[in-house]
Amino acid sequence: MTFTRRSLTIAASAAALVFACTAAQAEKKYGPGASDTEIKIGNTNPYSGPASAYGTIGKAIAAYFAMINDEGGINGRKINFISLDDGYSPPKTVEQTRRLVEEDKVLLDFQPLGTPCNTAIQPYMNEQKVPQLFVATGATKWNNPKQFPWTMGWQPNYQTESRIYAAYILKNIPDAKIAILYQNDDYGKDYVKGMMDGLGDKAAKMVVAQKSYETTDPTVDSQIVALKGSGANVFFNVTTPKFASQAIRKAYDIGWKQTQFLNNVSNSVSAVLQPAGLEKSAGIISSGYYKDPADPKWQQTQAYKDWLAWMKKYLPNGNLGDAFNVYGYTVAQTMVHVLKQAGDDLTRENIMKQAASLKSLELPMLLPGIKISTGPDDFAPLKQMQLMKFDGKAWQLFGEVLSAEGS
Amino acid sequence: MEQLVQQILSGLATGAVYASLALALVMIYQATESVNFAQGEMAMFSTYIAWSLVQAGLPFWLAFLLTVAVSFLGGVLIERILIRPVEAAPVLSQVIVFIGLLVIFNSTAGWIFTYTVQEFPSPFGDVPLLGDMITSSELGVIGVTLVVLTLLYVFFRFTPLGFAMRAAAQNPGSARLVGIRVGWMLALGWGLAAAVGAVAGIMVAPVLFLDPNMMSGVLLYAFAGALLGGISSPGGAVVGGLIVGVLENLVGTYLIPTELKLTVALAVIIIILVVRPSGLFGTVMVKRV
Amino acid sequence: MVDAGKIANADLTGSSAAGLSSDGWRRLGVLAVIAVALVLPWLFSNYHVFQFTLAMIYAIALLGLNLLTGYNGQISLGHGAFFAIGGYTTAILMHRWGVPYYLTIAPAGLLSFAIGVLFGLPALRLEGLYLALVTFSLAVAIPQILKYFDSWTGGSQGILLAKPAAPAWFPVGTDRWHYYLALAILLLVFWAGRNLLRSRTGRALVAIRDHPISAVAMGVNPALYKTMAFGVSALMTGIAGSLAALATAFVAPDSFSPFLSISFIVGSVVGGIATISGAVFGGIFIQFVPNVASDISDAAPWAIYGLFLLAFMYLMPQGIAGTLGELCRRLAAARAATMASRRGPLE
Repeated sequence: MTFTRRSLTIAASAAALVFACTAAQAEKKYGPGASDTEIKIGNTNPYSGPASAYGTIGKAIAAYFAMINDEGGINGRKINFISLDDGYSPPKTVEQTRRLVEEDKVLLDFQPLGTPCNTAIQPYMNEQKVPQLFVATGATKWNNPKQFPWTMGWQPNYQTESRIYAAYILKNIPDAKIAILYQNDDYGKDYVKGMMDGLGDKAAKMVVAQKSYETTDPTVDSQIVALKGSGANVFFNVTTPKFASQAIRKAYDIGWKQTQFLNNVSNSVSAVLQPAGLEKSAGIISSGYYKDPADPKWQQTQAYKDWLAWMKKYLPNGNLGDAFNVYGYTVAQTMVHVLKQAGDDLTRENIMKQAASLKSLELPMLLPGIKISTGPDDFAPLKQMQLMKFDGKAWQLFGEVLSAEGS
Repeated sequence: MEQLVQQILSGLATGAVYASLALALVMIYQATESVNFAQGEMAMFSTYIAWSLVQAGLPFWLAFLLTVAVSFLGGVLIERILIRPVEAAPVLSQVIVFIGLLVIFNSTAGWIFTYTVQEFPSPFGDVPLLGDMITSSELGVIGVTLVVLTLLYVFFRFTPLGFAMRAAAQNPGSARLVGIRVGWMLALGWGLAAAVGAVAGIMVAPVLFLDPNMMSGVLLYAFAGALLGGISSPGGAVVGGLIVGVLENLVGTYLIPTELKLTVALAVIIIILVVRPSGLFGTVMVKRV
Repeated sequence: MVDAGKIANADLTGSSAAGLSSDGWRRLGVLAVIAVALVLPWLFSNYHVFQFTLAMIYAIALLGLNLLTGYNGQISLGHGAFFAIGGYTTAILMHRWGVPYYLTIAPAGLLSFAIGVLFGLPALRLEGLYLALVTFSLAVAIPQILKYFDSWTGGSQGILLAKPAAPAWFPVGTDRWHYYLALAILLLVFWAGRNLLRSRTGRALVAIRDHPISAVAMGVNPALYKTMAFGVSALMTGIAGSLAALATAFVAPDSFSPFLSISFIVGSVVGGIATISGAVFGGIFIQFVPNVASDISDAAPWAIYGLFLLAFMYLMPQGIAGTLGELCRRLAAARAATMASRRGPLE
């Protein structure tokens, strides 16, 4: 059974290869998983286990592709999105990814989630020459086309964001004494590293305290009390949503006066600031690249209305305040754009080529002025962000669109 | 010095969170001589019920009472329908059923209510007290935990039903002989534990914020607190929970880097248990040959 | 608590109708299973071979846990930690010192053994719930400990390994090679485990579980046996962890979350606690059932998984192996009865 299916596909792809060599440029070319009627896309997401909050992204992507299919698909081809649960466990990711590549024979693996999970499959994907496209992690290592030409990131990386805050601090708070709370994993440590690098030789003097927490900790209260005790006047809050709410509230409740920088992961008004208390969140500085759906300033725009209509129809269970639903929507649009651009040449090589030739792509739910660009040596699609300050009701963007890439 | 006081107070506040769930663990242990690993997730689920009721516009205390009642019924039903078939099965098979319940409640809550963090109102407000050292909602957790503790103490010490329940758990055969309906005692125990858990969930949700994983981190600490104090003693469980909260804060602040605070706090608890295997306030269990 | 006598009973009631002793039948059965296992990788795709490899690796880990929890009565909710120690030993030896992969499996087992023995010491004073707490604490603490010593373990980034290829003298492809490697070690570990349990030591372990005080009275040293049980159990699970690191070519703290330890206890109870074959059923269960659950529902895969757990425990409270053993015993008894009635008048 498996044998026949496998040999058929091998025969088919061999035939396609021969065909490709002889046929003219305009002819259709198909890699595994692509045909006249279908494009097969694989994905792994944590739908079970302690990281299942992120599973929202996978569901949002599936919902967006469902809409594209209802509208007739991409150049007449329906997207067959196969998203598998890996429970955020790297060995399971390896297994599920092999299923996608070897059994389901997907054209590409889109948005696999989690830094350790993507690390585990990166050598395999590059060995098999299967696109590991727009991975859902903000680590810096995905922008390495020389060594890993089949792996590409998507979101602005954590270190870039940190460096933007560092630059702001150096310019505006020269007497800063910085206390950092971070999640004890690669995500948290990337932010800390970005801050240290951005501060340069001032880092040793400016950063007066660092405390970490585990995702299994019930609260971060003790860490906040300790950070306050360090006498810091700047608080760099590198936490995921629930812990961000706890940290913001505790810092306020114990009367710690500081300028707070909150990482982008947790700057959702309805999911983080509102639970923590809007008045307790006033004055926080963060940065963004997509529109917060809860922000009244965007709710009049067509972009928001389209997003809302899609949410209502395709993700009726989804939470309207959850920024992951904007993230999934926007990254799926990026994918659709690449597939459209690939036209009738749906080979894995061409997918990577098209993904690496995005020119100033603007998507509706990205902030004005934020563009997606890639090139043969630039596998970091999003690298711009804009600073913003919370005024007690909504985020107010300020300054220019910034990019710390390469600086 | 101020830092020390603040760490201790903050530790007491988190400790009260552990203690409140530890009480539910003690309740189920008293009634069934086993520890339900799904207790935390059941409490989380009850809290979502309360949250839905409050969202629907019910006054807080009405939602509270309704949730406690629904949770009690839910606990009884779970025992009658889901636990009963494995009553005679080996202990480990029961543990697997508990784990099954744990993942079912966790996953179902995420499915129905999504994983977005929800704010939950505190009946005690959110006012900083004692020079910004503790908030009224945290103080509320401590207060309610003490009230529940008193109720449990009175229930087990002075009411016939409490006696019957303990008898049914400790010696089902003899209990049956004196006319206690052992099966219903177990169901009642599950119901009461679920109700105590619901109170715990509703009280801690304003402090921890409500999401489907709210209790998964708390369970280990509550379990440690309950055993540290002595699983057969409600008072011990509360003291145990508070000790765990304070110990963890002090260890993480003064002794070692925060990365290892859980590890070291657990190691300390284990050492205490090795020295005093029945916990600080527990009674020694006599082994029969 | 757990009826370990089951397997022994099955032996006694085996039928000798076909001229074979029950032991003979059993041996035949085992040989048949081994024969199927040898052919299996040639019938399935590489991906499935990889899955079978993982299932066998889990089976080795579960046998270790079974030895401790099933036969010796010491509950462990933290065996994922020994799995991690084994995996990291292999990864660090290969990555830092370039040790050939086949030389890392034994050290992984030995280090796990040593740590297991050390851990068995406090466990001597603690029983039941207390031991559950201690071992579960270990499961929760291990990812943090791994992250803390990041100069050795690579921190949360983990360690990537080059997946060992098949040797030149056995050119079967990488996945089949790992399969046969796991199969060989599985057979070795199972053979050793069976011999251990049938020996004086095995009887002592069971005696300590069932009648601790009488065991002491009969001159069994419980401290020695209990710590040794912890050590040997950790040894097996550590070897499994080493093989898993090789098969997935990656270790990271997230690979060893507390849920792994929970999966292990689930696997050994569902497979059949205090049985040797139960470890194999358990390995298959924890490898494949989560996939089935996720195929049924992306919305709430854990809820489906939980329902599977409940269903298995209702239908087979003694686990798969326990229930099958019971079934065989009844069949044999029924056949023996008919044989006897048929033979009766003729004699």
